[in-house]
Amino acid sequence: MTDAISFRVNGDHVSWDGGPMARLLDVLREDLRLTGSKEGCGEGECGACTVLLDGQPVCACLVPVFQVDGREVVTVEGLADGPELDAVERAFVDEGGVQCGACTPGMVVNIRALLERNPKPTRADVRDLVSGTLCRCTGYERIFRAVEVATGQRIHEGAHDDGRAS
Amino acid sequence: MTVAHRPTGLSDALEAVAAGALPVAGGTDLLVEDHATGRVHDAVVDVLRLPELRGIRVEDDALEVGAASTFFTIREDPLVQEHAPVLADAAATIGAWQMQSRATLGGNIANASPAGDSLPVLLALDAEVVLASRDGGERVVPYVDMHLGYRRTARRPEELIVKVRIPIRPRPHQAFRKVGTREAQAISKVVLAFCAGRDGDSLTDVRLAVGSVAATPVRLRETEALCDGRAPGPALAEEAGRAAEAEIEPIGDVRSTADYRRWVTRRLVRRLLLEAEGAP
Repeated sequence: MTDAISFRVNGDHVSWDGGPMARLLDVLREDLRLTGSKEGCGEGECGACTVLLDGQPVCACLVPVFQVDGREVVTVEGLADGPELDAVERAFVDEGGVQCGACTPGMVVNIRALLERNPKPTRADVRDLVSGTLCRCTGYERIFRAVEVATGQRIHEGAHDDGRAS
Repeated sequence: MTVAHRPTGLSDALEAVAAGALPVAGGTDLLVEDHATGRVHDAVVDVLRLPELRGIRVEDDALEVGAASTFFTIREDPLVQEHAPVLADAAATIGAWQMQSRATLGGNIANASPAGDSLPVLLALDAEVVLASRDGGERVVPYVDMHLGYRRTARRPEELIVKVRIPIRPRPHQAFRKVGTREAQAISKVVLAFCAGRDGDSLTDVRLAVGSVAATPVRLRETEALCDGRAPGPALAEEAGRAAEAEIEPIGDVRSTADYRRWVTRRLVRRLLLEAEGAP
């Protein structure tokens, strides 16, 4: 009864004939070598494994691959068009939104979904819809600023406030 | 290897369930448990895409919410916002966007955690659960009869939850309150839902349901009776808060102490009755 499962990842066709209950996260990391998505908790509590499934953010650690059949997955590797960073990723770097980087893939994927839905989110919007991706380093302030800069709601002031060039 | 069924309709799904396949909806409780325990299933059946379990509509004076409706769909749905905004409010507090994209109403019910956030809401809305099985056909269970004990529901192993029906009636007062360690991604220490009608200054048809204070979500019937026919305001708020505190028998556990749960319940009930004063 279990046919091969096929789906698209970052635009590429993928076929899976392993166990149907394999976690999408493991399929992405182990089989497709797309190691951008991280396992922070394995319980859907941290968002480090966030990917887009038909445009909706989900925790890949909680999605059994057999339910991905016929669907579209976008991972952090698929956000930018080519080797350059996309606008949100660039803003994260410029604004100091990246410290250890563990949350960053999930964070930028989550924010991509937010901006597709709402191109000019307020901080309240970000709090509501990015609350599923936890950061232990930044205290979120520079992540908010990165979103504001990427969406034209704040002018880039530089990651350093002491006058050094950023 | 696990056998995975991906039926396109309910009757095929019910065949698989009758043969012992485990229903998989959003997987947000199931995969956590499987990952923690290493458990492997002989057979699973996807219920997320069954058309009979999807959709939100008004039919025969009831709001019908398909069991496979995700909480994100529920929170955004205009019919839910119109007829049962308390359910939309609850949906918006479950986990966060990633969880709401996958977790379903049916799964929340079937998982039957004492802390399930939608469960007191369904109690307060006088909901009914529609179940189906291959051999038993369709069956309707009033929500008050749904939870039998700790993580035990009236759903038989061969049944699927198909939809929830919420009778539409005037409920100008609707409130959802949840207290946890964070604003998002929190399992509740106390979660409650309040619904009431209004006749002049007085509350009518009061429903007050609370989760995380017992093995199942519970209606506080004595507190409800106290509120029925009375005007919301400081006097009722004080009395009802004390009554609610006395009516529950919470335990202390990893998330909270019994004392804290009692204290929080009193304050939540008191505040929502203060807020209910004046025109709804």
